[in-house]
Amino acid sequence: MLAPYLLSLPAGLWLLILFLIPLVVMLSLSLQTCNFGTGACVMTWHWAEFGQQLSLYHTQLLTSVWFAGAATVIDLLISFPIAYWIAFYGGNKKNFFLLMLLVPFFVSFVIRTVVWQFILSDNGVILGGLKHAHLLPQNFHVLATGYAVVAGLAYNYLPFTALPLYVAIERIDRRVLDAAYDLYATRRQAFARVILPLTIPGLFAAFLLTFVPALGDYINQQVLGGTSNTMIGTVIQNAFLTNLDYAGGSALSAVLLAVALLGIFAYARLLGSRTIEEYL
Amino acid sequence: MSAVATAPATEAAPGPAGRPRRPRRRWTRFILPAYSWLIIAYLVFPIAVMILYSFNRVTTGLPQVSFAWNGFTTQWYQQWSNVSGLTSAFWLTIRLGIASTVLATVLGTLLALALVRYRPPRFRGKTLVEQVLFLNIAAPEIVLGASLLGLFVTVTLARGFLTLLLAHVMFSIAYVAITVRARMAGFDRSLEEAAQDLGANAWVTFRKITLPLIMPGVLAGALMAFALSIDDFVTSNFVSGSAVPFPVWVYGATRIGIPPQVFVFGTAIFSVGILCAIASIVVGRRKA
Repeated sequence: MLAPYLLSLPAGLWLLILFLIPLVVMLSLSLQTCNFGTGACVMTWHWAEFGQQLSLYHTQLLTSVWFAGAATVIDLLISFPIAYWIAFYGGNKKNFFLLMLLVPFFVSFVIRTVVWQFILSDNGVILGGLKHAHLLPQNFHVLATGYAVVAGLAYNYLPFTALPLYVAIERIDRRVLDAAYDLYATRRQAFARVILPLTIPGLFAAFLLTFVPALGDYINQQVLGGTSNTMIGTVIQNAFLTNLDYAGGSALSAVLLAVALLGIFAYARLLGSRTIEEYL
Repeated sequence: MSAVATAPATEAAPGPAGRPRRPRRRWTRFILPAYSWLIIAYLVFPIAVMILYSFNRVTTGLPQVSFAWNGFTTQWYQQWSNVSGLTSAFWLTIRLGIASTVLATVLGTLLALALVRYRPPRFRGKTLVEQVLFLNIAAPEIVLGASLLGLFVTVTLARGFLTLLLAHVMFSIAYVAITVRARMAGFDRSLEEAAQDLGANAWVTFRKITLPLIMPGVLAGALMAFALSIDDFVTSNFVSGSAVPFPVWVYGATRIGIPPQVFVFGTAIFSVGILCAIASIVVGRRKA
């Protein structure tokens, strides 16, 4: 009788105490007033915190949505063909190609980003060579621009986009495709009306695993973006770890969570899914 | 029947209206493979750069990696443990990874068993559990880290190894549970029933029948938990305090200059990981 509850109790308690309760604490902290010197906070039901933080940092929030969105679109466009090719034409080398897609994961995330800083640096492997050959003006630079941040995000999250797409395409029954061709579908029609609709769960998972982490990411921005184009993650990190402004940081985190969840629901609606859970 | 008449049929079987049943092969033969290899090169390129620069000589006084190539040396491999902060951060990450993997795998597997076997009449709240797991994966990591820091500050729990462990298990459970559950989809319950008919009690049934059957899924979940833990930066940065894991140490070093040993550790972790992956592919192929 009790079996399902006993089995899920340890994990459930862990998630309750260290995931759900912290979210409640975060909401409560965002309504408190904190002493920046000591970090001590008192509840003052200070609802204006949200308005103040948003008016101060809405630019950074929009930058985050814009960069994360751009990186996600780039990743979806880059990884669909390769996922399709591995799933349908990988043959007995499928595992090898999947391993190649996963290769970046074997190097620490922070190190990967630092290496991109190397590669994109003004006199680095690429720009240095192009400048030496006078193909680029001497003052040309990529680092410390939004392009570098989007490029870094797109690289770091590419496997998270490609793998769910691969899984979804792999599951497509090839006979359905044959049936489409038998019924005079052109290549384009078969793609738009058979393959694409069947990969919707993969598109959703790819979005979830790419857009949401990219939204809160701040390593790429801090290492590749220089001091401009600040993303919301940097603001939250500074609020918590540098300024000890727990109220402000919590309010911004709550807003970020809301933006992420809104994005997920909007995307799910766009793809025409009935429930979110069917992707779990 | 002449050879001329049958020749076109081998290229592509003509459809009813004489049009080829299969679209042209140019895309799948040349364009897609070339494109895929290009993307793979793009994914591998930074790693090649990392490995190359772990052998780069340093010409300035400070032992820091430089953008310029100064010549080949194995000096940093000989002096791999010279940066004491880096070495202790690395071992902390390994200890943390093992501890959080063990805990998250046990908790996540139990949860997966509950989710696979029981439905709402017997397991009320199953949907709630699934929604919490989804929310846990869907929440940006910075929100997890920030809210945990808020909790630890509120209950005045000093930040260190314990808070890191609590956090790492928290964000790994959902991934383990979902991985194990996915691998258990085709699980045959009649095997367990057979064992119990033959007089095995619940524990013996679990040990001798269930666990061996779900082991591939459990191992996949454990690997996932370990990978998540050793690579985690965002949450760790919030809850680490005095105990600094490897990614947080490297992040701190980006502001003052990175010692070349960082790339040595990066190369070592990469080599071990890739060898394990290749070994598992080879073993899998031999079994098949």
